[in-house]
Amino acid sequence: MTTETVAVQPAAPVQLPKLPGTAVLSVRAFRCWLLMYQRTWRASIWSSVFGPLFYLGAMGYGLGSLVDKNGTASLGGVPYVVFVAPAVLAVQAMNSGLSNALFPVFGGMHWNKIYLAARATMLRPGDIFRGHLLFIMMRITMNSACFIILMAAFGLIRSPWAVLLLPVSALLGFAFATPSAAWAVTLDHDTQMNYPIRFGAVPLMLFSGTFFPITQLPGWIRPVAYATPLWHGVALCRALSLGDPDAGSAAINVGYLVAMAALGLWWGGRTYRGRLYV
Amino acid sequence: MRMLGCVSPPTAGELTILGGDPVRDGAAIRGRLGVVPQEDTLDSELSVRENLLVYGRYFGLPRKLINERTDQLLDFVQLTERAGDQVDPLSGGMKRRLTIARSLINDPDILILDEPTTGLDPQARHVVWDRLFSLKQRGVTLILTTHYMDEAEQLCDRLVVMDHGKIAAEGTPRDLIAQYSTAEVLELRFAPGTQEVAVEKIKDLSPERLEVTADRLLLYAADGDEFLARVHEAGIEPLTELVRRSTLEDVFLHLTGRTLVD
Repeated sequence: MTTETVAVQPAAPVQLPKLPGTAVLSVRAFRCWLLMYQRTWRASIWSSVFGPLFYLGAMGYGLGSLVDKNGTASLGGVPYVVFVAPAVLAVQAMNSGLSNALFPVFGGMHWNKIYLAARATMLRPGDIFRGHLLFIMMRITMNSACFIILMAAFGLIRSPWAVLLLPVSALLGFAFATPSAAWAVTLDHDTQMNYPIRFGAVPLMLFSGTFFPITQLPGWIRPVAYATPLWHGVALCRALSLGDPDAGSAAINVGYLVAMAALGLWWGGRTYRGRLYV
Repeated sequence: MRMLGCVSPPTAGELTILGGDPVRDGAAIRGRLGVVPQEDTLDSELSVRENLLVYGRYFGLPRKLINERTDQLLDFVQLTERAGDQVDPLSGGMKRRLTIARSLINDPDILILDEPTTGLDPQARHVVWDRLFSLKQRGVTLILTTHYMDEAEQLCDRLVVMDHGKIAAEGTPRDLIAQYSTAEVLELRFAPGTQEVAVEKIKDLSPERLEVTADRLLLYAADGDEFLARVHEAGIEPLTELVRRSTLEDVFLHLTGRTLVD
């Protein structure tokens, strides 16, 4: 009497659509984020402009006036504000990558459920991941561009190499964004996202040679600083801004950040599929 | 339902949807499906119209076509006046109708609905039923799950009763009633304390099927009035008596039992 097969015959044979390429599908996911951003971009511009202004004002000029009185030899002979500005740019790129990849990704699963809506369509989990990363990348780049323009306006850039500040800071933010998104999509509680900020971003900001040269730290702790991603970003941004980039170190810095971003991409491919195709 | 929507791998057995393999062609199959999930996944910060725009783009539809279909679909689900409003303040019934409109943006061959009217008030349910029925008339295949047997009776040509993940029965609503129930049901209530005595007496009348619940007796009979007359002849005096047609609910409860399933 009972049967385990139920078949539904469509009225007419159905031609399944041909699936477009990965890039096309990812851009479709990206455009959803873009549409939402059109509602909030004005507010976000203010924070992109005032954030750097506050930092440069307080750290660069405020603290800097004290530092400069004691001589700037250990800073490479430049005013403190010139020394600190590219590092703050790097910190801001990191924060931008983290904040755009943690809460909105979690929200895609639990709050506005964009991911859950999108997975019922032609988009695959990987497309949803890449589409969101495109948008995060756009936001990081916008924030960095804002910062760099302000740096230039204040005369804090000393080298033509600084044209590379934008791609480098974007890469740095991206390197933080990919693993953050890969992780955030797996979470069940939003409070967990405070940990990487409290125990990751904050110590990184303080001890990656951001506000003082890393040579001021005790010798035993320096290798730890060299191992952190933010240090690589800070070192590279500073070298570009002050105009003394060294090809070898720059290659290591870039290689480190590219590897981190790639690892995050690989991991996210797995976690997104694990959460959206179950 | 998630497996049918190609967002979950089949756990066992074979599944073919629209002639495709959901594991290999999942995304392409989803391109021809419409899905109304149990929990709304509308973007509440966007407007009604923008929700359809986002969805249409996921399917790669050109803007012009999306706009045309949006106008038609909002008209179809009676939300035209709310087109520019944000989704957040809409009522549950409106959100459900918007979800249905959104699921139709790609002109799907199959529409999958997971408990489409759960949590809606009676008016809103009837509007949803009405819309779904007219889709059915236009030739869209609907696959829906529901706990409401009246909903199944209203909308379904074919019905599968599931119990603990197994198919318990399958057929048209009419067939199922004919097969698993009698044409009529006699419901009797008794004064407190007298039900047990009455049950024994009624058993002597050998009803086709007797079901005893905490507050009443259900007697399944081809002719409810005729059986009621026999009950009276036997000197049994129920407090209230009701003869009604057998429904899918009787079939469902008969097949799956009255124990609570959590």
